[in-house]
Amino acid sequence: MCDQTFLAITFGPCDNCSQNKPLMNIYLKNEPINYCSLCVELMACQGLAKGETTNTLKAESESLKAKLEEERAKLHDVELHQVAEKIEALGQFVMKTRRTLKGHGNKVLCMDWCRDKRRIVSSSQDGKVIVWDAYTTNKEHAVTMPCTWVMACAYAPSGCAVACGGLDNKCSVYPLSLDKNENLAAKKKSVAMHTNYLSSCSFTNSDMQILTSSGDGTCALWDVESGQLLQSFHGHSADVLSLHLAPSETGNTFVSGGCDKKANVWDMRSGQNVQSFETHESDINSVKYYPSGDAFATGSDDATCRLYDLRADREVAIYSRDSIIFGASSVDFSLSGRLLFAGYNDYSINVWDVLKGTRVAILFGHENRVSTVRVSPDGTAFCSGSWDNTLRIWA
Amino acid sequence: MSSNSNLTTMKRTVEQLKLEASVDRIKVSQAAADLQQYCLQNASKDALLVGVPAASNPFREPRSCALL
Repeated sequence: MCDQTFLAITFGPCDNCSQNKPLMNIYLKNEPINYCSLCVELMACQGLAKGETTNTLKAESESLKAKLEEERAKLHDVELHQVAEKIEALGQFVMKTRRTLKGHGNKVLCMDWCRDKRRIVSSSQDGKVIVWDAYTTNKEHAVTMPCTWVMACAYAPSGCAVACGGLDNKCSVYPLSLDKNENLAAKKKSVAMHTNYLSSCSFTNSDMQILTSSGDGTCALWDVESGQLLQSFHGHSADVLSLHLAPSETGNTFVSGGCDKKANVWDMRSGQNVQSFETHESDINSVKYYPSGDAFATGSDDATCRLYDLRADREVAIYSRDSIIFGASSVDFSLSGRLLFAGYNDYSINVWDVLKGTRVAILFGHENRVSTVRVSPDGTAFCSGSWDNTLRIWA
Repeated sequence: MSSNSNLTTMKRTVEQLKLEASVDRIKVSQAAADLQQYCLQNASKDALLVGVPAASNPFREPRSCALL
């Protein structure tokens, strides 16, 4: 496990010693301060009250954790599926593969829809990133990355660029041109730099900023034009595998999930971890916000998907069956949030009724693990990518 | 130095837990009711839930035999 802490590359005068040094953004009683690392260490030594040792601090953190659980349990008066008993059950679902996108030479690892509801970008293990027209299944652009295992790709909100990254530890942005003959690789812009693989990336509401998560345990917000680090998010103790931005227009929070079994909610402006949930029994592979922004779902290697409500500050539903023993690699909600689509490592996609907690359909078709599932922006279809080298559009 | 950084980490964990404990929470019954309400309000717009006629869904090829 990589023990490196990713230090923020903000550089400037330290609040304490006034020397120009790389600064660590930390919090004292919710006040952000910028100290250089030397001053942080000195302060930690002086800040210890009489008799405070590792043991007393450990005991304090244990008692705080217990208190937190107690507070959360007090409000747990009913289960979500009990509240949902009165609503009608969903009818039979007929969802079939409507398009199969073939063209990747190796496992498809990630995909994203364009806001025009028609174009898709997908990335694969062999380093290829392809932009498709989902209606016609034509390939519009193809780029070969210099690295293999391109685990993350994202479409820019304007539809004019795509971002991707993976084992190269970077996130690169490629502007898409209308001229098919133009070499896209020539215009590539390296935006993010991590100290381990890039697991996920997403543009914020504009083309100007990108949020990334990495195997080095951190998430970071970058300015695309200058490549500058705007904010870094520390708090995970292992690889961060997935992130998702809150859906609201004014929203400035995002959720991330990682190999430390925790899902953390972050405030983008302050870099603060505002809520944390640890009920999964294994790595969290995927996190997605509920369309209203008040909850989020996670898919994990423990073969369950779970729903966490942000305002109740706890897990409110588990989507699992004894017959499902393979991990869920990717989850996404339908437009109204009633359905949860989850892709599993047993090659199937399960469709869950979010409110009642029951499974409404299983979709077969892929011949290898399903690595990514995303619903289109207008909710008319969803796309799944798999290790069988294909993508399928279901409707 | 490592013992100092352990202490720093522990102090930060304690501060973080204090922050998390002070979050305002609502009851699960209320949160569940709100989630349910959002679902029901938007259910009619959800094409994957209610299904749209084949003609208006760009991904479904219009099959004239089936429609007739």
